[in-house]
Parts: sequence; C-alpha cells; structure tokens
Amino acid sequence: MKRGVFRRRRHDMPGLNTAALPDLIFTVLFFFMIVTHMRDVNPQVRYQVPQGTELQKLTHKSAVSYIYIGRVKGAPVDSFYIQLNDKLATIGDIKSYVEQERAQMSSDDQPRMTVSIKADRDVPYGIISGVKQALQESFALKINYSASKK
Amino acid sequence: MPGLNTTSTADISFMLLIFFLVTSSMDSDWGLPRQLPTPEDHSQEQEVVVKKRNALCVKLNADGHLTCNDEAIEVGDLTKRVEDFVANAKHDPMLPEMSQREVHLLGLCQVSDRHVIMIDVHPEATYDAYFQMQHAIVEGYNNLRNQLAVLRFGHPFPACNAEQRDAINMVYPQRISEQTICQEGGVQ
Repeated sequence: MKRGVFRRRRHDMPGLNTAALPDLIFTVLFFFMIVTHMRDVNPQVRYQVPQGTELQKLTHKSAVSYIYIGRVKGAPVDSFYIQLNDKLATIGDIKSYVEQERAQMSSDDQPRMTVSIKADRDVPYGIISGVKQALQESFALKINYSASKK
Repeated sequence: MPGLNTTSTADISFMLLIFFLVTSSMDSDWGLPRQLPTPEDHSQEQEVVVKKRNALCVKLNADGHLTCNDEAIEVGDLTKRVEDFVANAKHDPMLPEMSQREVHLLGLCQVSDRHVIMIDVHPEATYDAYFQMQHAIVEGYNNLRNQLAVLRFGHPFPACNAEQRDAINMVYPQRISEQTICQEGGVQ
C-alpha cells in the first residue's frame, strides 16, 4: 500500500442555482400586491387619534371615506383644519365631498357607506359636532371615530 | 441555443416588491362605530317627555370634567354607572322602567327600552374627552350584552350569530341622545 500519495482532486464548486429565486420573490410580491391597498391621500394634517379598547375593525374598505381633522405644520398649535381628499377644506365642503364619494362607489357599497373621522385628540368638540351635523344632512349616517387600540 | 439569461429577473421583481412595500399601508383601521339619526325636519320638531327616572344626563364641560345627573364623575366610573342604569337589576324605582317583552330566543324577559342617556357636550371640550366618554358608555353596554350572552348562549357577545345578537340588542338597546343632534341610535 502506497502511503503519502494523495491525488490532488480538482473540484469545481458548482454555482448556486438561483433559477427559483425570481419565482420566490414573485410569490412574495403577489402576496403584498393582494393584501395591500394603495395609500390614496397624503395626509396634510397631523393628528393623533384617541385610544380605546372597545373598538371594531373597519370592514369593507371600499365603502369607507375619510375625514381628517388635525393641525397643519407651520400654523398655530391651537388651530385645526379639516382635510378631505388631498386638500384642506371647510365644513361647508363636506356635503359635496360625501356626494362625490357616494357617486364613486358601487351600488353594493352605497348603503353601507361609512365615514371615518380621524381627528386629533385636542380638536375642540365644536368642530366634530359641525362635521357630524354636515354628515347627517347629507345622509352619511354611519360614522366611525377612528382610534387606536390601547 | 443558449438559454435566456434570467439572472436579473430577481432584481426586477425585488424592485417591484420594494415599491409595493413602500407605497402600501398595512395598518388596519380600528374605530368606534356610531350611527347618526336621520336629519329631522326642524319645522315639526316635537318635544319628547322623558321621565326623570328614565334619563341619565351626562355632561362634559369645557375643561373636560364629567357630570352625571349633576354630580361629578370620573370617566372610569361612568362605565359602571351606565351598566347599573341600563340594567336596573334590583328594580330600583329611581332607575329606568323595564318592560316585559317576548324576545325571540330568550323568551319572556325584562327589556330596558325606556331609558335614555342624554349627552351634553360643551363645544370647547376636547375630542379626546368626548371620545373617552362615548367609549365608556359603549363599554357599559358591551359589558351588559356580554354578560347576557354568556349567561344565555354560553359564549361572549362578539361570538354570537346575527340572530342571537338581535335578541340581545333588543334587551339592551343603545339609546343615546345628544344635545346638538337629536337622537344617536346604537350600532347593532
């Protein structure tokens, strides 16, 4: 038996097969495409919603319209603004906003139209009350006070 | 024939993936649902007389202090107060009247359908104070409904089916009235 003779074997390291990588990533991509909805407005007002425990999840996203009430950067701390879609608005604009939102909805969604009020904690109740009155007059009777889980 | 070089497919789909990650919002919306009353014709406004024992006046003043039938109360205690008021388990003559009613699935039982919670909020009170007040009242109702659901159906209210919920809502209807807006009914 011969000792000390080792045949130096040349081994080529095979490259890692990445053929399945695009498929994997596509799967993740499709997952995200399905579970997400696009952010449709960029918030111009800053708000911090109140906290609670007895909250319900907002379902039927396609039937939900949003009203944002909060502070605007640069404006005095105690002045609050209402935002509808992408621009600042007043209480008088709510009626036309609701009508426009309602017109865009499918006939299935119209009866369960919900308006979600996302308002800052420090907003005086007078503004909220005005918004509610305007919503009531335009027959958007399902509202939702947006809040975060405690 | 050389195979098509697909090395960059991964990079392309990565970019798409990152785009969707950035533009999407995964946050689910939570909130306190409420049902507004239909707008009423102000020309034919009518006075509704509510007996004193049937009414619970909750007032929120400008600096965020709550009063309940003119006595000061903390938000934390309001839930209990609402529960006692709505349920009136001991048939206290100072608390709301109950009526005997045949309810589907539950049979003959005491129904609290006369009580009214009247809310009066000062316009300068903060939204947070208002929200916490609404939240406390809803919590009171939810606790009562939960108790009844566990007692009669053996599982909490959120686990009930639509028929059972209707029956429970019949026993404890949400009857909340706001000063600025005439009647704010409960959410089913």
